[in-house]
Amino acid sequence: MHEFLAQLINGISLGSIYALIALGYTMVYGIIGLINFAHGDVYTLGSFFSLAILGLLGATGELHGPALVIDAGLALFGAALLCGIAGVLIERLAYRRLRNAPRLAPLITAIGVSFILENAMQVWKGPSPVPFPAILPNPAVTVAGVAISLQQFVVVGLAIATMLALQLFVHGTRVGRAMRATAQDRDAAQLMGIDINKTIAITFLIGSALAGVAGFVSGVYYQSTWFFNGFGAGLKAFTAAVLGGIGNLAGAMLGGFLIGIVESFATWLLGGQWSNVAVFAILILALVFRPSGLLGETLPEKV
Amino acid sequence: MSLLSISGLDVHYGGIQALRGVSLRVEEGEIVALLGGNGAGKTTTLRAVSGLARASRGEIALDGASLRKRSPDAIVRLGIGHAPEGRRVFGGMTVRENLDLGAYAVRSRSAFAQRLEYVLATFPRLHERLEQAAGTLSGGEQQMLAIGRALMSGPRLLMLDEPSLGLAPVLVQTIFRVIAEINAHGTTVLLVEQNARQALRIASRGYVLDTGRVAFEGTGANLLADPAVADAYLGSA
Repeated sequence: MHEFLAQLINGISLGSIYALIALGYTMVYGIIGLINFAHGDVYTLGSFFSLAILGLLGATGELHGPALVIDAGLALFGAALLCGIAGVLIERLAYRRLRNAPRLAPLITAIGVSFILENAMQVWKGPSPVPFPAILPNPAVTVAGVAISLQQFVVVGLAIATMLALQLFVHGTRVGRAMRATAQDRDAAQLMGIDINKTIAITFLIGSALAGVAGFVSGVYYQSTWFFNGFGAGLKAFTAAVLGGIGNLAGAMLGGFLIGIVESFATWLLGGQWSNVAVFAILILALVFRPSGLLGETLPEKV
Repeated sequence: MSLLSISGLDVHYGGIQALRGVSLRVEEGEIVALLGGNGAGKTTTLRAVSGLARASRGEIALDGASLRKRSPDAIVRLGIGHAPEGRRVFGGMTVRENLDLGAYAVRSRSAFAQRLEYVLATFPRLHERLEQAAGTLSGGEQQMLAIGRALMSGPRLLMLDEPSLGLAPVLVQTIFRVIAEINAHGTTVLLVEQNARQALRIASRGYVLDTGRVAFEGTGANLLADPAVADAYLGSA
């Protein structure tokens, strides 16, 4: 029973990272119908940016008090901002001109952007995994006999706070409403006076910033990063977005947590070599039995 | 100077030419009907004015200022409202959110409140259904919402694309009456309709498009009385 709870908590921690990445996939798909295969690499970029910022601040080990708040905060917001800018540049340079092209063209372009980012990061930090400083003190709290680390609290707490902020933004602000309108009907949105280029750029900014947050969180959690991390994590987060119903924000979050929990339990019960099998078996089952996803629209909104 | 003037407009979709040298004008305060069969180019004309379809040749001007290089959102801010073909309301959003979006370009709170009051007074049904998802409205209500939403930006020129399409006859009467009211309230209207007789009855002037060209133009009464127009475009009634 304790092992069960411990694995559940592991799964939720892992899942919160997938959920943050999945949101970017689902937002971009929702607004321009593109599976942005470079998104996983923007997540890796987030951990690299965090690492670089911590390096500049001289933070190499455990931080305490104000230094922890300031350094971790700067790394987090810096990574989010830089990833957001990277996302906007990717959209502007690689995708915008292909917006009305056949769907395959931007998809291939996205794979190309992914290769470019992976290779650039390999040049930057080398081909091997890179250690990430263990900046967070890590005492464990025992709840109902299960030890939960402070890191896990921080990871899950940050992810949930970010997701709540996103929900408030999308449903409570003028720009959020413009994003939803553009996702539903691009022409009609333009007839409302919405500048869709700006709205799509903001979508990339936010989705990529969330990947930046996930990159920071994963660095803190795993104390390691690697130029190729985004490939696997991106595919799993994409699976999460499809499982939840691509285009649906709540679905991406739900899917992210579910995929994290499945991976954690598969590793525990079947062994680590089976965890990817379990995750992608779920993708296949979702595509076969519920292609619109758990929370996806069963009726098409666009007629 | 005409409020809207279009001259020698060509629009291509891929290899297909949808408009061939269309010229028309809409004077301030008028209702102008744009008639013609399916594929005649009526919708394309409105989309070109809104900037959703790009002109390959010709000129479109609002108050003499060219719209051709303007983006659709800028054209809305210049004072053109467009209730598109098929209503295109945001089905997943409430009626209120749809109306809010219609006023996306309106920054002043008092102007917004004034527009909302006017739209809800014009369409009391929308008032009753403010918190309802637009996708669950009836066809007539969705049409009212599409028109109301286009009015929210406070347009000088309101373009309506087939507002009576698919509506029950009693609702068709209501919609035409409301269009006349909106016009009487000071908004110029460019009206695309298949329901040609009804449209010409409330219009000051009309144009008949045929395969991308203006085939006939004249006052509403003249077009209604012209046997050639009646034969080809008004049906026998």
